[in-house]
Amino acid sequence: MKIAMTVNGKSVSRDVEGNTLLVEYIRDHLRLTGTHVGCDTSQCGACVVHVDGKAMKSCTMLAASAEGAAVTTVEGLAKSKDDLHPMQVAFKENHGLQCGFCTPGMIMTATDMVARYQAEGKILTEDNIRHELEGNICRCTGYHNIVKSIADGASKMTSA
Amino acid sequence: MSEGIGARVLRKEDKRFITGKGRYTDDIIESNQAYAAFVRSPHAHARIVSLDASAALAMEGVETVLTGPELVADGIGNIICGWGITSKDGTPMNMGAWSALATEKARYVGDAVAIVVADTKSQAKLAAEAVVVNYEELPVVVGAVEALAPGAPQIHDNAPGNLIFDWEIGDLAPTDAALASAAHVTEMAITNNRLAPNPMEPRSAIATFNEAEDHYTLYTTSQNPHVARLVLSAFYNVAPEHKLRVIAPDVGGGFGSKIYIYPEEIVCLWASMKSGRSVKWTSDRTEAFLTDAHGRDHVSTAKIGFDNDGKIVGLKVNTKANFGAYMSLFSSAVPTYLYATLLSGQYDIANIYCDVQAVYTNTVPVDAYRGAGRPEACYVVERLMETAAREMGMDPAELRAKNFVRSFPHQTPVIMAYDSGDFDANLKQAQAAADVAGFAGRKAEAASRGKLRGMGYSNYIEACGIAPSAAVGSLGAGVGLWESAEVRVNPVGTIEILTGSHSHGQGHETTFAQIVAERFDLPTENIQIVHGDTDKVQFGMGTYGSRSGAVGMSAIVKAMDKVEAKVKKIAAHVLEAGEDDIVIEGGAVKVAGTDKQMLWHEVGLAAYTAHNIPEGMEPGLKESAFYDPTNFTFPAGCYICEVEVDPETGVTEVVQFVASDDFGTIINPMIVEGQVHGGIAQGIGQAMLENVVYDAAGQQLSASYMDYAMPRADDLPNYSVHHASTTCPGNPLGMKGCGEAGAIGSPPAVINAITDAIGNNNLSMPATPAAVWAALQDVSQKLAAE
Repeated sequence: MKIAMTVNGKSVSRDVEGNTLLVEYIRDHLRLTGTHVGCDTSQCGACVVHVDGKAMKSCTMLAASAEGAAVTTVEGLAKSKDDLHPMQVAFKENHGLQCGFCTPGMIMTATDMVARYQAEGKILTEDNIRHELEGNICRCTGYHNIVKSIADGASKMTSA
Repeated sequence: MSEGIGARVLRKEDKRFITGKGRYTDDIIESNQAYAAFVRSPHAHARIVSLDASAALAMEGVETVLTGPELVADGIGNIICGWGITSKDGTPMNMGAWSALATEKARYVGDAVAIVVADTKSQAKLAAEAVVVNYEELPVVVGAVEALAPGAPQIHDNAPGNLIFDWEIGDLAPTDAALASAAHVTEMAITNNRLAPNPMEPRSAIATFNEAEDHYTLYTTSQNPHVARLVLSAFYNVAPEHKLRVIAPDVGGGFGSKIYIYPEEIVCLWASMKSGRSVKWTSDRTEAFLTDAHGRDHVSTAKIGFDNDGKIVGLKVNTKANFGAYMSLFSSAVPTYLYATLLSGQYDIANIYCDVQAVYTNTVPVDAYRGAGRPEACYVVERLMETAAREMGMDPAELRAKNFVRSFPHQTPVIMAYDSGDFDANLKQAQAAADVAGFAGRKAEAASRGKLRGMGYSNYIEACGIAPSAAVGSLGAGVGLWESAEVRVNPVGTIEILTGSHSHGQGHETTFAQIVAERFDLPTENIQIVHGDTDKVQFGMGTYGSRSGAVGMSAIVKAMDKVEAKVKKIAAHVLEAGEDDIVIEGGAVKVAGTDKQMLWHEVGLAAYTAHNIPEGMEPGLKESAFYDPTNFTFPAGCYICEVEVDPETGVTEVVQFVASDDFGTIINPMIVEGQVHGGIAQGIGQAMLENVVYDAAGQQLSASYMDYAMPRADDLPNYSVHHASTTCPGNPLGMKGCGEAGAIGSPPAVINAITDAIGNNNLSMPATPAAVWAALQDVSQKLAAE
């Protein structure tokens, strides 16, 4: 079946099997391989993308369910190719990544988290960050620097 | 130099990872690519009676189905363990045959029986389900102790009683005598729980056979692509080395589990030759739990004796090590030379004896996982020390300090010769950072909130920089454990460093560039690190055992020495000065004390134009080196953990975790701290959350992230990480290694803290809320009975 959506601001359309997951559509059909698959039970969060502005695990969603949606992947997070999103800068500056495999999902979850808290006028504390990361697993960093990155990214996003 | 040794340089590799441009194996697509799925045994122990692939072969998109007997007929060799161990009685270890596809028997749930190759991933998976295998189920055994019991199911014919080896180290009689004469003996039964390594990137492979050139290319998730090529070639007969290129591109974590050459990589290479297609396989997470080598799984009894003054007189340990169904590549080294050799801990112990029985069971093969043997040794020693202090009514830190090794080199009774360290300095630094003096007040305050607060120590030592080739050879290793490097200075002065080390999260592209920047006073942006491709790098032993600093960087230093000597010769010639007067600084090569100089790139250009170089000198500026370590290195430190337990629920929170480490020279403190954080997280995971669980039928009950408790952000604290370092005398940079320390030192600190809080020393890992609560009930029942 033909499935069309907007990915990173570009209209795309691909003919795929009906059971194609959104993450497969993104990785295998659009060849945007920054979105990763780290588990098969929707636990690890390596596949998080934004669908119509909300963080979603793209392994838990059929591509068909995203028909007509606006999807943002880690490749489309920065304003331009020469630019980095403030959260991406924060992960680099705070050594918030090691092997890099969970990183795209972490960054997509983090930007969603900060945006939600800011929209609701709530303060994003360290405890909040740790709780919000419940759906994202990292095996390298012990989370210490990821938590620091997100706190720093939050303040960078506020001042940006 | 702001980017040299000791600088917190931000990572060069980060940009591609934060922008989604990393290139992991599964991201790569070859033209003419097909997908593989494996038919796996659903039984832990079963005879393969028959296999019928006809229905699968008839399905849409299916290219081929291949089985074990065909693999054997094509001469693909059995999977080997590369470290020979000799038993007490002088006999060699009993290694059972491991065919990459099972032929007669399946020996664990997940054992591969056939490969299906099809046009798409889903076609391959569906067809794998349509392969009909008839099994005759056999009795199953999953625990090491049970597998050694008389009458246990026999897993390999050539390992009677499932015993792989019965090995010993140290002197039995003097140790027994010392324990018999001890004023106090502490005796414990200690279990080290089985763990699944779980790098976030699942294993993956793409194998391509090029018939026209009779050549294979393998992209794979490997920590050591050259070792993979060597073994695939020399033992598995896939292809000779010059006809096989192995590339490990970006690799998403390893922790030991990506050292080994698994059945899947071997079979994909062979299937590519058989099918004429590129064959790609990517593990899903459940498959990873079922096939990635597990870690730990020791059952031990241990006795430590003290004199009246609290000095240790002897230590005796027996360990039963569960090896799973087959001997993985380095499995035999883990509970022997990487374990029992560290049982002296940080202490001066005259008498140590340890014997180890290695055992086959119907479970996933067990091999090195972050720390590999050293966490198990540290756990035995540090649980004993804390427990002994409690039994003798002594302060646990004082008891440890009373027994510290203080003069170096120090020869232990179990092979290792510690070369340096200052254990007092680490203890004091950790105690100050943990505010040990204020603990009583914090405990009282916690009690006022109904919480039980406890504190535990762990003073670890480990052996890294693995290791002098002749030494490991004499202990049974099938390989040398040196490292190689090549330094290429280009005509424009930029530098490429080719290294046999492999980075899969450790940040080598940054730290390796820093030591070059330091030496030649150049910016790191002019330096590129090349690794992970057997066609680019001549050879290498890869990254594990915290060896890439102490061994990998030492090879770079050795190659840089040669480059520096040649640069000075060229500059001396061109500038008409003596070589001894030439200095390299500020991007230039100068005659000291004069204004005569060549810019760095001018030397590079001079070397390559070769118009004006010393007579008889070869053109070019490229040097290589192989570095063989002179000794193990000995990172050590003191970890202090503080916990709060809710007595109503057993829920335990790590409220403070302090680390003071001695890693020798530190190249990039930011990266080193990150390594410690990650190691501690895995150690806390082992102590409180993680456990591979099998039922009696050999089914793994913990084979998904719904069932296996991976540490998450809200399970863990922030870590207070400090360094009190001594320089390692054994290598040119003075480095000891930092990759595994966190995972080695932390589990006993956590359990010592929890048992302190609850007043019951009888607690095993993982200390889940249920386990802690049950231990608390024992205490209250005991109190009630009194």
